[in-house]
Amino acid sequence: MNNIKYILGSFGDPDEMMHGIQKLQDNNIKIHDVYTPMPIHGIEAKLGVKRSRLDIAAFFFGITGTMTMLSFVYFAAAYDWPINIGGKPHFALPDFIPITFELTILFCAFGLVGSYYASTHLFPGRAPRVMDLRATDDRFIIAIDAKENAEHSKIDDLLKEAGALEVKYNERKYVSYE
Amino acid sequence: MSGHNESILREPLITGKNITYAKITDDILMPVENKPNRAWWIGFIIALCGATLWVVAVGYTFWFGIGAWGLNKTVGWAWDITGFVWWVGIGHAGTLISAVLLLFRQNWRNSINRSAEAMTIFAVICAATYVVSHMGRPWLAYWVLPLPNQFGSLWVNFNSPLVWDMFAISTYFSVSLLFWYTGLLPDIATIRDRATGIRRKVYSIMSFGWAGNVKTWQRFEAVSIILAGISTPLVLSVHTIVSMDFATSVIPGWHTTIFPPYFVAGAIFSGFAMVLTLLLVARKVLGLENYITMFHIESMNKIIILTGSIVGVAYLTEFFIAWYSGSEYEQYAFINRSTGPYWWAYWMMMTCNVISPQLLWFKKIRTSIAATWILSIVVNIGMWFERFVIIVTSLHRDYLPSSWAMFYPSWVDVSVFVGSIGVFFTLFLLFLRVLPSIAIAEVKLLLKSASEQAKLEQIKEGHLEKEHVTEYIESLEKFDSVKQEDYAKI
Repeated sequence: MNNIKYILGSFGDPDEMMHGIQKLQDNNIKIHDVYTPMPIHGIEAKLGVKRSRLDIAAFFFGITGTMTMLSFVYFAAAYDWPINIGGKPHFALPDFIPITFELTILFCAFGLVGSYYASTHLFPGRAPRVMDLRATDDRFIIAIDAKENAEHSKIDDLLKEAGALEVKYNERKYVSYE
Repeated sequence: MSGHNESILREPLITGKNITYAKITDDILMPVENKPNRAWWIGFIIALCGATLWVVAVGYTFWFGIGAWGLNKTVGWAWDITGFVWWVGIGHAGTLISAVLLLFRQNWRNSINRSAEAMTIFAVICAATYVVSHMGRPWLAYWVLPLPNQFGSLWVNFNSPLVWDMFAISTYFSVSLLFWYTGLLPDIATIRDRATGIRRKVYSIMSFGWAGNVKTWQRFEAVSIILAGISTPLVLSVHTIVSMDFATSVIPGWHTTIFPPYFVAGAIFSGFAMVLTLLLVARKVLGLENYITMFHIESMNKIIILTGSIVGVAYLTEFFIAWYSGSEYEQYAFINRSTGPYWWAYWMMMTCNVISPQLLWFKKIRTSIAATWILSIVVNIGMWFERFVIIVTSLHRDYLPSSWAMFYPSWVDVSVFVGSIGVFFTLFLLFLRVLPSIAIAEVKLLLKSASEQAKLEQIKEGHLEKEHVTEYIESLEKFDSVKQEDYAKI
């Protein structure tokens, strides 16, 4: 039993899995993480995942885009090479609204998605850290650190009581590594 | 999520019996994990011939210049810009489905958003190739960017709608691509975890290491909703700016303030028609009838009739305002459109876009796959003619009767257009083979609440009002993937 690193409760139904999380938490068993094939609403509150601040980041990225375009277009059209078009103002703000808007969206989208990838460690070629290969298919996996939680048989019972179809004892943290 | 039942009055979004999470994965990944069938090969070879024709025609244009097209000094813009606007318009439905319908919490988008977004990206690629090839000197295409240069720097003209258009289309393309690819990550991870060998390695790189833990999913949803929020005004701005290419000029027939809303409605109209053209075939060939149901088809038809009617009102308003403006030139432009030498193009547009979509008011037609498919193609034709009418008929009789001319396309014009359809279908058919055509994770979300089997369970439990159940069962009649016998005994 000593080599076991993670205990995985594999559920076939999201509601049963939520029930399993509740049971484990009632018994003060710390959950390492939960892997699911689809988003589960309400789970973040249970597991204490903090509210995302990506929306704030997105706003500031967007504002950066707005300022970048406005200042650049001012530099180009009114300062660096002003062109007299029938005596109209060089800094013709209404004309610059569409491009300013586009750059706002562009900066916002790239900044937002970039921060998302950075904060959740997603990038091309990253070795997938998968504990159970069916977690992206039809199983809802609760992972418990076996070293921190010594009462393995109790965990086993709790998971099965909640409706786990299978309880796995993994000696390797990530099965996806070669 | 699945804690409570959805109202029985809502029609199911997933039909079929014994649908499990595993079955959803298997069904959707069927075309990705197996060898293509004959229908795919036939389609692909035809599309590839089209794409080859496109390469030849565009190569010819690059070599000999724009003179290879049928343009003359009066009609200096014709099939190229028509094709460009047509393709950009088609692209709009994908973003509308993925962004606007997400903001409005329309769950039926979940099974059509992926392929519609793919369609957006491929349509914008087709549109962008028109922009580059009509430049005449495509190797100087980077001149549209405000880059420092040896002429001063002489900057691009920021007052020009063509420059705005460059910003709009490139932002639109890159944001759509980001939105689409981020949504694909969980599904690529699903393919990765089922694959072996080299496929696993490739999909592993493409999956960005997705594992599906709580934080990643929660942030994923936050990102999706923000991207939807910014893509909604983006998609409206793109076709608005495309319409400004015309509206800010002083050509009678183009110089109208109605253009932005009118173009946006037309774009959504043609985009949904193209989504139907593609998906009605794809659902049959790939066996996805349980996920893209009659409810989806009917809903899209309803959007087509709404946007088609908006377009119809815009046509009539344009005509009325031309008369009401008292401007002779404006009046002549419109009289010439409907009764001049291009009358057939105008009435083709009117018939295909305004008259024939009205047939969709009939439920029988709206829920018939064959009729819907034919009408979707009719709309695509009509929308191509709309752009042709706006562009060519406004130009061909200008201020000097001595320079009045007709436009006749050359074989290169025709080949670039037909070829771009080939490019589009080649890309789309390749997409069907390598990536899941339906967002697997998002469809799984619906299984416990909005599926036919969940609703059947609800009926069997029997706490529902009888008339509601009857109404629900009646609504299932139109579904081609539901057997009425199953409900006979209830």
